Amino acid sequence: MREVAPTPETTPVPAPAAGQASVEREFTVAERSQAQLVLRRFLQHRAAMISLVVLIMVVLLAYVGGLLWHYQAGDITPDNSQPPSLDHPFGTDAVGKDQFAEVLRGTRISLQVAVSVAVFATVVGTIWGSLAGFFGGRTDSLLMRLADLILTLPLIAVAAMLAHNFGGTWYLIAVVIAVLYAPYVSRVSRGVVLSLREKEYIEAARALGATNTRIIVRHLVPNALGSILVNLTILVALAILLETALSYLGFGVQTPDTSLGLLVSQAQTALTTRPWLFYFPGLFIIVIALTINFIGDGLRDALDPQQRKVRQ
Amino acid sequence: MLAFAVRRILISIPILLLASFIVFALGVSSGNPLAPLLEKNPPAPPNVIAAETVRLHLDQPLIPRYFSWLAGLFHGDFGPSVVSTMNIGHELGARFWVTIRLIALAMVIALVLAVVVGVLSAVKQYTVTDYTTTFLGFLFLAMPSFWLAILLKQGGIEFNKAVDAQVIYTIGATSIPPPPGTGAQIVDVLGHMVLPTIALALISYASWSRFTRASMLEVMNSDYVRLARSKGLSRRTVMVKHALRTALIPLTTVTALDIASIIGGAVVTETVFQWKGMGDFLLTAIRTEDVYAASSWLLLTGVIVVMFNLIADLLYGVLDPRIRYA
Repeated sequence: MREVAPTPETTPVPAPAAGQASVEREFTVAERSQAQLVLRRFLQHRAAMISLVVLIMVVLLAYVGGLLWHYQAGDITPDNSQPPSLDHPFGTDAVGKDQFAEVLRGTRISLQVAVSVAVFATVVGTIWGSLAGFFGGRTDSLLMRLADLILTLPLIAVAAMLAHNFGGTWYLIAVVIAVLYAPYVSRVSRGVVLSLREKEYIEAARALGATNTRIIVRHLVPNALGSILVNLTILVALAILLETALSYLGFGVQTPDTSLGLLVSQAQTALTTRPWLFYFPGLFIIVIALTINFIGDGLRDALDPQQRKVRQ
Repeated sequence: MLAFAVRRILISIPILLLASFIVFALGVSSGNPLAPLLEKNPPAPPNVIAAETVRLHLDQPLIPRYFSWLAGLFHGDFGPSVVSTMNIGHELGARFWVTIRLIALAMVIALVLAVVVGVLSAVKQYTVTDYTTTFLGFLFLAMPSFWLAILLKQGGIEFNKAVDAQVIYTIGATSIPPPPGTGAQIVDVLGHMVLPTIALALISYASWSRFTRASMLEVMNSDYVRLARSKGLSRRTVMVKHALRTALIPLTTVTALDIASIIGGAVVTETVFQWKGMGDFLLTAIRTEDVYAASSWLLLTGVIVVMFNLIADLLYGVLDPRIRYA
């Protein structure tokens, strides 16, 4: 518990006299806010920090590296069916497209879909769940039974049906997936709202005469933010897996656009002759989903106020 | 217990009825069954289109269409298919038996794997074993199901090439035509199941093993386990007889809740291994705008999921004596 500030009895800090620039103290203990504590705990979570660095590198590679690379996605080079080399680190396909550029473009689109899904599903789901938790009674049962029903069905099946009719471009795919993940978020946020509503400090704040707005802004939102943030992170990983699977089945992102799932699907017919086409997009999906899960795990640990032990 | 079971089954009925409306609405909005006819070149004659419109009940509004579909279900009629010769009920029934054996075996393997791995990493918390299994769990959680399945399939093909014989089957749910004799047919079916089952089990076990680990750790820190140890019982006896039994109870609920995502995983796995199962049925239905087939598929999976949750609820009461159905 080394980040807990000592109580005033143990830190005799003399009050600085007016006009005095600085006071010589025996020792000082900086007061830390909740956010600083969380940040410290997160920084000490080794797996999460390594994952964050790797993920940032992947994102930079996809968005900045793609611009600097000497081939653009869609360029047809004279070398076709080349195995990985210095000129083509990920090889080329049958018509000579540089796969490094293609995988970076696929990564950009898959990430765009995944992040849009996470944000949109979180917003819709949080409103959905908070309304249910806040109003209770009939509104609650109606909203939550609807969520239960959607969760009864295999996501990928419903997503394929909706995407077949409403999909086509990457943002429409994102909307379809987000709508299906919103019920998950609504369950989580409803649980948070219900448990926070009963907390003593909310009651105490109300007893002290705090207004509803103050209770929501100062107490409910900051305390609910943690679970919602962790959930949002995990959603990015879930969404990238669902989008790539959907694109693999042929209902997600369509050519001429590309996604990591579509690249894998195009590669599988020539797996024996051009295996490099298959491995690299798959590895990118794994690295992205893996690092995001570790970051989510680290965030969950860091945000847990019960957490005493800092991981070694 | 019996009263609880009866009440629980009675509650499932309105849920299923409501679900049937939602899956119907989802299914019929998944496409326009006339689109393939309209896009034909040269276009289909108007009288053919008019006949199809009537045959597929497209001249009726959504609600009456739903009720006639629902009424048909009670006589085993799942609605007209765009392929006029296909009986959706028969076809879906045949596909169901292909898929259910994949799902059932994969779930059994995944559960055994999850319990073994979860308990092992809980008992050896913060050791190399724990860190390795944790990392592997995270890896499989991040692994796209289709990618793992293709990898296994390719491994099977390479293996066959290396030994120069068809040892591992990589395509289809059975050989076509099936080999003569019941015994040979069973071996043939099992041989085709090996790779898809491994793929589906590996994708599914990871989250359950994380859950088992957490649940086991919680139980291991409880008072009654400490008491059993202080009575002088061996660590092994306490772990198996006291801790494990309690720790596994919540896993029933988690497994039941995950059944929908396993069916989704089976759709992808079947596609990779080119099985003619429920996955192919669904994807073909969507591609050919066969809206009643799509609705029927969703309804069948909905029924499976509801039944699984019902069984889990009842099992929970049997396993956990603390639960009273008052």
